[in-house]
Amino acid sequence: MSAVLSMSQVSKVYGTGNAAVHALRQVDLTVGAGELVAIMGPSGSGKSTLLTIAGSLEEPTDGTVLVCGDDVSTMSADAQARMRRRSIGFVFQDLNLLAGLSAVENVALPLELDGMGARAARAAGLRVLEELGLAERAAHFPDDLSGGERQRVAIARAVVGDRRLLLADEPTGALDSTNGEAVMRMLRAACKRGIAGVMVTHDAQLASWADRVVFLRDGRVVDQTAPSVGPATLLAGDVAP
Amino acid sequence: MSIRHALLALLAEGSKYGLQLRQEFEARTGEVWPLNVGQVYTTLQRLEREGHVESDEAGRDGAQRRFRITAGGQRELDRWLRTPPDGAPPPRDELVIKVQVAVRMPGVDVREILQVHRRRLVEEMQRYTHLKAEADPDDIALGLVVDAELFRLEAVVRWLDAADARLRRLPATPTTDAASNDRARPAGPAAEPAESAPAREEARR
Ligand SMILES: Nc1ncnc2c1ncn2[C@@H]1O[C@H](COP(=O)(O)OP(=O)(O)OP(=O)(O)O)[C@@H](O)[C@H]1O
Ligand SMILES: [Mg+2]
Repeated sequence: MSAVLSMSQVSKVYGTGNAAVHALRQVDLTVGAGELVAIMGPSGSGKSTLLTIAGSLEEPTDGTVLVCGDDVSTMSADAQARMRRRSIGFVFQDLNLLAGLSAVENVALPLELDGMGARAARAAGLRVLEELGLAERAAHFPDDLSGGERQRVAIARAVVGDRRLLLADEPTGALDSTNGEAVMRMLRAACKRGIAGVMVTHDAQLASWADRVVFLRDGRVVDQTAPSVGPATLLAGDVAP
Repeated sequence: MSIRHALLALLAEGSKYGLQLRQEFEARTGEVWPLNVGQVYTTLQRLEREGHVESDEAGRDGAQRRFRITAGGQRELDRWLRTPPDGAPPPRDELVIKVQVAVRMPGVDVREILQVHRRRLVEEMQRYTHLKAEADPDDIALGLVVDAELFRLEAVVRWLDAADARLRRLPATPTTDAASNDRARPAGPAAEPAESAPAREEARR
């Protein structure tokens, strides 16, 4: 399994002196192609900070971040921006869908920004929407979609094209458990196709969709789950007469 | 889970042999609850004594008898469906006691204890979720059983998170890393002394 994201000894300090906030402390995290990792931890433990640094939206105070083997700190600003556009998909809680664009236009936008022709980008966008069961909603504008549909459009936009890394911060937002499960099935399927996924959540049910769950506390990785064992161990029943 | 009522429910669909009842029970519970054939025959005997099921082949070996539900059995089944479930003690109780003990023990990092249990629970949830993820989405029986387990486990994790948040409001003990805790505490006075939470639990009993 090749590492798509590799963070080593990453620290992030906001502010200085007495006002310094140690948001991350010596974090090591490696995520391979095809793997979905969930990050859990209490509010303020550094989950979103970890994600923004992994996506090169912010620079670490210390440590190195490799994306697909390339050291982000040595890239020019242009090269970083191109990598973000091409290789990384983001899903944030406030989905940032553009209200003036239809669902399929929103999904196709990153491809167009990257220089793909409008028609080809639209076709690629439509393909992803189809995969996510949203083909009939392609022409709808975000305001005319349900919360669950908007969430799925945002994920479609994050996986369209040749993305390698998917970063999602509370991707199911305030969805009910049925829609939350549909979103997680999609994320899992995207990762099974070879994307590396990192998802931040405080919800244990959502986290349990991941291959590995990493626990953050006060900016540190304090623990992680063991690789999943087979379901056979669940079949030890206890039925009362 | 009551085998008696599960068997009555299966017989409400039509008359069946014991072996068939066992297979159908396992299939409907997503094979998460295995049942041995001895349990099936003992339960059928009991239901027969109570007048809830009957069979034409009285006196024959269990395996050769076909059972059907009686009118009394139908009424019992209907009553059972509407009766609230027993308040069986949740397994969380033992965890509550462990954490209460840990809070009082000197030199124990309670939050580390909480994390050990949190990880174990999330690992168990991962196994259930992966079972659900691999299963046919139309397998309603499996989905129902797995969801019930997941919601139960999730509730325990949320209790651990709440306990963790309570402990964050305490002054750091000598065993915890003060540097990593100082941001976690609010600037105001510490919320409650270490003894108060368990003491309140006890007072409530
Ligand atoms: N731009 C910033 N400037 C100063 N401090 C910041 C900044 N961004 C985050 N922090 C601080 O860093 C710490 C970690 O924040 P972060 O947003 O990563 O937490 P989180 O785990 O995502 O929390 P939540 O679950 O509430 O979203 C917090 O103490 C936060 O106040
Ligand atoms: Mg956050």
